[in-house]
Amino acid sequence: MRLRTLTALAGALALSLVSGCANGGAAGSSANTVTYWLWDANQLPAYQACAKGFEKENPGLKVKITQLGWSDYWTKLTAGFIAGTQPDVFTDHIQYFGQFADLKVLEPLDDLGIEDSDYQPGLAANWIGQDGHRYGAPKDWDTVAFFYNEKMAKDAGLTADQLNNLAWNPKDGGTFEKAVAHLTIDRNGRRGDEPGFDKNNVKVYGLASNGGGFGDGQTQWSNFAASAGWSYLDKPRWGTKYQYDSKTFQSVIQWYFGLAKKGYMPPLSDYNVQSNQANTQVAAGKAAAAFDGAWMISTYAGFKGLDMKTALTPVGPTGKRATMMNGLADSITKASKNKEGARKWVAYLASDECQTVVGRYGVVFPATPAGTRAAVAAYDKKGLDVSAFTEPVADKKRFRTFSYPIAGYSADMTALMAPAMEDIYGNGKPVSSLDETNDQINLILGQ
Amino acid sequence: MTIASSSPPSRLPLGGAQGAGTKSRTRRARSRENQGDGRLAAVFIAPALLGFLVFLLWPTLRGIYLSFTRFNLLTPAEWVGFDNYVRMVNDPIFWNSLTVTVEYVFINIGVQTVAALAIAVLLQRLTQSALLRGIVLTPYLMSNVVAGLVWLWILDTQLGIGNEIISAVGADRIPFLADETWAIPTIALINVWRHVGYTALLLFAGLQAIPNDMYEAAKVDGASEWRMFWRITMPLLRPVLAVVLIMTVIGSFQVFDTVAVTTAGGPANATNVLQYYIYGSAFGRFQFGYASAMSVALLIVLSAITVLQYRLTRAGQTDLG
Repeated sequence: MRLRTLTALAGALALSLVSGCANGGAAGSSANTVTYWLWDANQLPAYQACAKGFEKENPGLKVKITQLGWSDYWTKLTAGFIAGTQPDVFTDHIQYFGQFADLKVLEPLDDLGIEDSDYQPGLAANWIGQDGHRYGAPKDWDTVAFFYNEKMAKDAGLTADQLNNLAWNPKDGGTFEKAVAHLTIDRNGRRGDEPGFDKNNVKVYGLASNGGGFGDGQTQWSNFAASAGWSYLDKPRWGTKYQYDSKTFQSVIQWYFGLAKKGYMPPLSDYNVQSNQANTQVAAGKAAAAFDGAWMISTYAGFKGLDMKTALTPVGPTGKRATMMNGLADSITKASKNKEGARKWVAYLASDECQTVVGRYGVVFPATPAGTRAAVAAYDKKGLDVSAFTEPVADKKRFRTFSYPIAGYSADMTALMAPAMEDIYGNGKPVSSLDETNDQINLILGQ
Repeated sequence: MTIASSSPPSRLPLGGAQGAGTKSRTRRARSRENQGDGRLAAVFIAPALLGFLVFLLWPTLRGIYLSFTRFNLLTPAEWVGFDNYVRMVNDPIFWNSLTVTVEYVFINIGVQTVAALAIAVLLQRLTQSALLRGIVLTPYLMSNVVAGLVWLWILDTQLGIGNEIISAVGADRIPFLADETWAIPTIALINVWRHVGYTALLLFAGLQAIPNDMYEAAKVDGASEWRMFWRITMPLLRPVLAVVLIMTVIGSFQVFDTVAVTTAGGPANATNVLQYYIYGSAFGRFQFGYASAMSVALLIVLSAITVLQYRLTRAGQTDLG
């Protein structure tokens, strides 16, 4: 009898475990709920407001938003695809788009009526896969600009106008390098361009470090490489060959990491992705300026006791300024349990109606022109001048904007490029070593 | 457990109908009782066995199978024979990971074992304080991730308080976690800091088993503490030390979380330990087949090391006669 009781108990426990798992799989998904994931905590209130509007328009449908930190987000999403616990809709990044398209976990959105002309140029087209189908609806965009500590710039005798009109080249660094050198101060109070400057004992670096930059260099070297005329791939989208073996690219990299050798930028050993990114260096007064993205505007503006200003990226050898223009999108998962509701929600997210609401929060630039205008007005209200981020998008004559590299196997590219760039930056390996890395990446891409 | 009430067959009278009948009755009774034991045992073992089968044996077998496939988890696995193993042998990053891991294990286990042994002996010979034993164990109560993050902040080259102190006394800042040479020893020592108390406590338990009269006898003979350590403590602690070593070496080879939060394998693969490389290949690059092959390699390496250690240290025997 006792035995039977025990067996029954064990059986009941096992059953409850199994059914528990099954319940976990379907959690939150039902015919009248759409589950939605995003990673930026700053944007959560904006999208909650959007969801309210959506629920009003679609009585009976509810949106359940989950916010997860950047790195957990992708781990959990991957696990979700495998275990069948993925959300119906999620915020997608170009870096992962190719991989997800290859893995066939995304739902085509061709019938959603997304038109290129409804959004800032280039944003909609980036989300069309190699198979010609659309897998993402554009939601926002960001560019990169030059954040600087106004007081440090003033002390160095540099005006906002001067900092907005810098030019650089890979030979002597141009006026950009001169400004960065002048912003650098050593332990004895000597500036980087003064005789007797001690590059091994720097108190304030002219330019903060954001590490080696993996294979994209978004906030590191990408604006220099692009303004020198270089592109990641042989084609703007779904290229078949990376071009890290280009002599132009390698000369840019040599010059850029050379700034650290000269003592104008911290060595790689001062950087840590967890504890000491560029914005931390600026906040701590260890660096006078940094290249960073539009998603960091509020962070820099929030530094206590520091007046931060922004300037355009410098003019390069091609005569143009350049910045990456990266855009996020909303994608529907193929295994979504509520595709109909998900489609409605994505269509709403991509609409002027929702993007204007999001724009009003002044935390991100929405993809539609009306949404962008709302965001600029909101930033303006907060006393923040964001023209260094918006000008490159509006003025294609003076600016070159480019996308994050769009190609398959981007995780492999990153896994190979990250240590290669760190080897050059941190260990002084020659830039020509990128030839071999490039061959390895292209070999994978050609499979 | 055997039931003592049934008498051994050899004591039963041999021959005769009655005798034979008694014998068979006893046998039946015994087997019935044994059967009852067996069932009860099965019920008690079942949960652990189920756990073993579901969470250890099945994943191991499936992992070995997957190591012969190309598999991205979302589409069916495709049999590729020994391709993954060929790739592994020719992959410089794999060999770098293995070297880095071995370097880590040497520093981690070397320092940790000596320090733990010292703490354990001091605890045994000098004090009986439970409070001290508790204090020794404190870092172990912290999760690896938290310990890693705390040390990361302390040791940050530019902003860490550790480097502020180094800089204040006039020395050059040390890029503990950001330099090729420093990173692995630093991670190894962070983990020593966290685990040394636990290891010391295991060894301390082993020391408690050594009869105190041996030390008293040695003292009467005029032996010093140092001599007693080498002549009594070490030989008699050997089996426990051996088991602790085997366990800590296996754990050490599987270092992952501290690396993940402090260096993420960098700079330039300098801390890309095997487990981290396996994780990155599987969950970052969706190469589960290749990651499985590397896991199988790690399994083989660990098995070989364990057998070797077990033999060399005669872990199964004691010198306590």
